Amino acid sequence: MKIILNGETCEVRAETLAALLEERGLSGRVATAVNEGFVPAGLRATTALKDGDRVEILAPMQGG
Amino acid sequence: MRSFYGTNLPNPLMLGTAQYPSPAILEDAFRRSGAGVATVSLRREGAGGAGQAFWQMIRDLGVLVLPNTAGCHTVKEAVTTAQMAREVFGTPWIKLELIGHTDSLQPDVFQLVEAAKILTDEGFQVFPYTTEDLIVGERLLAAGCEVLMPWGAPIGSGRGLANEYALRAMRAEFPDTPLVVDAGVGLPSHAARAMELGYDAVLLNTAVARAGDPAQMAVAMMRAIEAGQMAHEADPIEPRDMAAPSTPVIGKAFLS
Repeated sequence: MKIILNGETCEVRAETLAALLEERGLSGRVATAVNEGFVPAGLRATTALKDGDRVEILAPMQGG
Repeated sequence: MRSFYGTNLPNPLMLGTAQYPSPAILEDAFRRSGAGVATVSLRREGAGGAGQAFWQMIRDLGVLVLPNTAGCHTVKEAVTTAQMAREVFGTPWIKLELIGHTDSLQPDVFQLVEAAKILTDEGFQVFPYTTEDLIVGERLLAAGCEVLMPWGAPIGSGRGLANEYALRAMRAEFPDTPLVVDAGVGLPSHAARAMELGYDAVLLNTAVARAGDPAQMAVAMMRAIEAGQMAHEADPIEPRDMAAPSTPVIGKAFLS
């Protein structure tokens, strides 16, 4: 299916948010949101993805 | 010393982590200055995992971490960012930024109060980036904030304390609340001044990161901040219009 991951449209096989992280090799310290709503780490495995979902995967970054 | 949600800061310098020429220089600025709090942010993670190396460095510095909601323009955006930051950084602290104006990066204080209430109710310990407006300050405290962070001048401007009168009024109005001058500091003298006014800490980033020698500037800022704090605690004299001789007149020889 096609989702929008961090602002870019891409084709993914993963059917859950947890599987998406694995597919993308993002195993580190990240936070996730689907369709502008925060999804806690504990809910990633049960959060199903559907075509057109907007997924944000954020990581620590420099800030002021 | 006023505590920040029950935590005593190791020192009054809160230092940003953005815009340094390199990660090594950023690390050097923290190690040499001894800044006790680092502000950090969240951004989209790329395939290379750049965020993980940064996070490891911050952890190794052993500083307190204050995540921000920089760049957020709506309550929803700021609240979601805060929720994500809490999970990533493992702290209830959040520097709440709600930007209302593109050129000045002035906080949108109406949305700020609304977001502060939501986040406080969710158990966050909110550090609101606000203006020097006293009524907004009251509303933020009523919303559950226990810290206020008025701007000195627009972010990155380096103009110092644009409205010192109002910052002094704020200190007088909220004698028990930890107050931080956040943004606008360009020189150590600006930071020292904030502390002389009785502020509890200074948060700055650009003045250090964009200096020719960031680490040395970070040290200069720390010394200025500590000097300003010591001066405030030492109860400085009031300025006066006329001279007052410091050397005693009594006992002076009659030589004319």
